[in-house]
Amino acid sequence: MNKIVLGLLLGALLGAIDGGTAWFTPAVRPAIVGIIFGSTFKGLIAGVAAGIFARKVNSVPLGILVGLAVGFVLAFLVAYLQHGYYFEIILPGSIVGGLVGWATQRYGAPATATAAAR
Amino acid sequence: MSRFLSDKAVERLRSAGALPELSGSRYVLQEFLARGGMGVVYAAQDKTLNRRVAIKVLDSSDSHSMLGERLMREARVLAQLEHPGIVPVHDAGTLADGRVFYVMKFVEGSRVDQFLNSASSLPERLRLFLRICETVSFAHSRGILHRDLKPSNVMVGAFGEVLVIDWGLAKILRSDSAERSEETVSLTEPLSGAVAGNGETEITSATHDGMILGTPGFMSPEQAQGKSSSLDARTDIFSLGKLLETIITPTKNTTAIRIPRTLRAICEKAAAESLSQRYASVSALAEDVSRFLDGMPVSAYCENLWERAQRFYTRYQAAILLITAYLLMRAIFVFFGRH
Repeated sequence: MNKIVLGLLLGALLGAIDGGTAWFTPAVRPAIVGIIFGSTFKGLIAGVAAGIFARKVNSVPLGILVGLAVGFVLAFLVAYLQHGYYFEIILPGSIVGGLVGWATQRYGAPATATAAAR
Repeated sequence: MSRFLSDKAVERLRSAGALPELSGSRYVLQEFLARGGMGVVYAAQDKTLNRRVAIKVLDSSDSHSMLGERLMREARVLAQLEHPGIVPVHDAGTLADGRVFYVMKFVEGSRVDQFLNSASSLPERLRLFLRICETVSFAHSRGILHRDLKPSNVMVGAFGEVLVIDWGLAKILRSDSAERSEETVSLTEPLSGAVAGNGETEITSATHDGMILGTPGFMSPEQAQGKSSSLDARTDIFSLGKLLETIITPTKNTTAIRIPRTLRAICEKAAAESLSQRYASVSALAEDVSRFLDGMPVSAYCENLWERAQRFYTRYQAAILLITAYLLMRAIFVFFGRH
């Protein structure tokens, strides 16, 4: 599996799980489906970005940093549009980005290997 | 005649007389580089291709001598081993003064023991070792044993290329239909049992059982006992084990490196006294070193539960910290959300 596809799938999965944790906040429980979809989409974009970066740069610390940064920016946008829950959205969202950044650096085939395997 | 010349002048004349006669060849002598077991290596300029080359010239001028034959065989062995980790041979022949020579690529760089003096981390050192293993493994796949692997026989080029040099004691193992026969390419002068303790190659002229070839401290017990007929890939593996030990041992110019027990076990297994306890092939040794680098368990060491947990944590440290931070954060948000 190449790094972009890995980032996309893992980002979506972790995003969905992250969105699912909103269930523990009773105030937002009625909107749980929308939150999960939104969070999944956010994770998906962060995953693709981390995957593209991993294809170009081979460095685990930098991958984590880029993942954290992309996760932070996307989560900030979501929180900004929501007008609230800044910490609850931004901090876990950034960490999810960092995790995807780490995974795309450690796993997933580099672009050349993927091309050669075809 | 020496009554009319100073000692220095006589010495200069002697060394000039020892220089190879390159006139009539396409090479121009530049400088002395090193002295090997039976020959001298010079830097020379290839006039035709306008490039710098290294030229190994036999000391003796008798091209039909055993030594001359052996130098030619060394050149042929090297020519067969086309690999990025082995210095390529460009030309071979006999000079006007009757000395046998061969020409190889001029490598700019430093010997691995000198290279290690510059600061390098443990993973860097291990990756360098893996490249040595690749070269030796390639030679083994061509049925050739090096038999003199040691830090001074590994060069690190200016661009980080790793080259295994001095195949003077190389041994060709051939598989015949009935039995395996051996041909040794021993390229050194007879020193009749001389034992050098300063890292110099200990050499003899022949390679039959009872003759000792190699370098003390790096040669395997079977080599030291002169059991030429029982040598196989595991002989080089022993030397690689000793070489690995040297590579991972911090030098005085480097910062202290903590050598993990796992890595020590790899060295010990590679350099085991008994042939049967060593790695069966260079690739198996390299595989263990690669696994160590990747934070995976190695075949040379049976770790306990605590060590396994430590290795798991080291391998997945970043992910474990991120997941812990995430879960902690979520727990805090849930806790404060309810109160």
